[in-house]
Amino acid sequence: MWPRLVQRQIPSRAMVYLSPVLALFLSLLAGVVLFIIMGVSPLAALHAFFIEPLSTSYGIAELGVKATPLILIGVALSLGFKAGVWNIGAEGQLIMGGLCGGAVALYFYGHDGFHIIPLMFLAGISGGCAWAAIVAFLRVRFNANEILTSLMLSYVAGLFLNLMVHGPLKDPDGFNFPESRQFSDSALLPILFEGTRVHIGAIIALLAVGLGWIILSRTLLGYQIKVAGSAPAACEHAGFSSSKIIWTTLLLGGGMAGLAGTIEVSGPIGQLLPNISPGYGFTAIIVAYVGRLHPLGVLFAGLLLALTYLGGETAQILLNLPVAVTGVFQGLLLFFLLACDVLINYRIQFGQPALAVEKN
Amino acid sequence: MDLLLPAMLTIITAATPLLFAALGEMITEKSGVLNLGLEGMMIMGAITGFVAVHLSGSVTVAILASILAGVFMAAIFALFVLKFHASQVPTGLALTIFGIGLSALVGQSMIGIAYNGIPTISIPLLSKIPVLGALLFEHDFLVYLSIAMVVAIHYFLNKTRAGLILRAVGDSHDAAHAMGYSVVKIRFMAILFGGAMAGLGGAYLSLAYSPLWVEQMTAGRGWIALALVVFACWRTGRVLLGAYLFGGISILQLHAQALGIGIPSQVMSMLPYLATIFVLVIISRDIAKIKLNAPASLGRAFHPSR
Repeated sequence: MWPRLVQRQIPSRAMVYLSPVLALFLSLLAGVVLFIIMGVSPLAALHAFFIEPLSTSYGIAELGVKATPLILIGVALSLGFKAGVWNIGAEGQLIMGGLCGGAVALYFYGHDGFHIIPLMFLAGISGGCAWAAIVAFLRVRFNANEILTSLMLSYVAGLFLNLMVHGPLKDPDGFNFPESRQFSDSALLPILFEGTRVHIGAIIALLAVGLGWIILSRTLLGYQIKVAGSAPAACEHAGFSSSKIIWTTLLLGGGMAGLAGTIEVSGPIGQLLPNISPGYGFTAIIVAYVGRLHPLGVLFAGLLLALTYLGGETAQILLNLPVAVTGVFQGLLLFFLLACDVLINYRIQFGQPALAVEKN
Repeated sequence: MDLLLPAMLTIITAATPLLFAALGEMITEKSGVLNLGLEGMMIMGAITGFVAVHLSGSVTVAILASILAGVFMAAIFALFVLKFHASQVPTGLALTIFGIGLSALVGQSMIGIAYNGIPTISIPLLSKIPVLGALLFEHDFLVYLSIAMVVAIHYFLNKTRAGLILRAVGDSHDAAHAMGYSVVKIRFMAILFGGAMAGLGGAYLSLAYSPLWVEQMTAGRGWIALALVVFACWRTGRVLLGAYLFGGISILQLHAQALGIGIPSQVMSMLPYLATIFVLVIISRDIAKIKLNAPASLGRAFHPSR
């Protein structure tokens, strides 16, 4: 007797919030199986992954460092996903933002002044916006699928950054290594707590959460986004412009990703490298989903996924586990979340159906 | 001629993985399901084949293992989308993220190991024809298989009853359901077939195109294959054309360097991605044409109770 899925009369609100918790639990369970297969003590591995990184104040600060870009991008992406705009190229927008912000930092190399960091932010946001604007333009003007164009542009952005650090932005005294100069102190983000790497970007991420919440629940745009995603026909009927929603959500996503990129290069990295992100732009997609496409949820989801990065590094150091475990864990989490989300609209029924229900 | 022949041979090897993956995805999409996990299925096919060839020493075993890996990944997707009614777009993304992570994990011990590639099969007599012989009749058997698949799929879709049913399910799942066809079963098969073909495409990458393992070695080919299906307007012959076109673009990089053209390698590497965007724009701007050719139920969930 197989259990069946039966559609609920009304979607379960409780499951909306329980689903991520359940998914996390199932991912941990799958993680245990994975570690046993790899011949590692699951207890030691889970400890290294999820407890050890948080056992020191430095570790907790690192969590903030890693969560910052995830939350920034996750908040913006969740607005887009809510509206049914699939910007999955945030990685590319992050890279372009980092590149533009970094270029400003290098332009002001050796200079002092409080105008440098705001200018870098401005350049980073513009860079990310410009990269996302290509996607929006192609979608609105030519109906080109934004999933594919934004993703293709991510590869292009990665190669472009690579080209820049091999060429014009290469450190002139760097023995021909493909790296830029180390930014001057005036282009580095102020540290919040002495002895850690956590910087003012963390505060900006919190502000972004607040901004996202205001947009979503207090503005007409937020209302339009919700309608566009849940009832596209009604959206059209109400006279909301779908082009406007596509443009706004993509520019928001691009801007936030660009800002995150600048924060990365002027915060933890401090220079331009051929690779400035361990896939934050892609992980932010998972952050948005685990956070229920809601800014507050994104805050928690960002911290959780930041922990998977941190845990992966710790497990590599302590147990010699490959860093790739992080990616597997992130993928599993998204899978289990999507599976658990079924229970929002369906319930599991065991035994014979009470009435004749269509078999399927 | 001395330059042209090797160039054309590399086009064929670069096109073959795209061709496999795009053909499989086309069948999946014809059934009305959009599987964005193509990249993840390909990369799992690539690493599984590479591991299998080193464990068993047999190319046949390796290719079968790749197919199985693709099918396994596709089965996860099918289970989620068809049984759990999960949304197709995020599920496909999850499959790609998971596949890239898992392949990196499995491939940890495979980095830096070389493999001498699968042997080519010269067709007797025909391969002796000057120029044409080398171009058409001296390949590994996967190249022949990919071409055979083009013919078989074209025949299947247009000349068989099963092909007609598949298309009916993709165009109107409600009508197909009302006629008594099991939409879920047919879509399940179509998704698994897509997985098998993506696995084959991955196998070709790690066993023939560049016989070694590098993390993320698919480098977006799964996504390019997805775009190829749109480019082809869901037609078999045009998938073939598109795959060879993109094969040609992606090897430009190698030959531009050989010819000493002073364009930075990164710019040349951008070309396949830029070309993908370009063809997407060209094809997609004609909304009427897309509507006419795309399976009408593509991406829409099927709820028999409604």
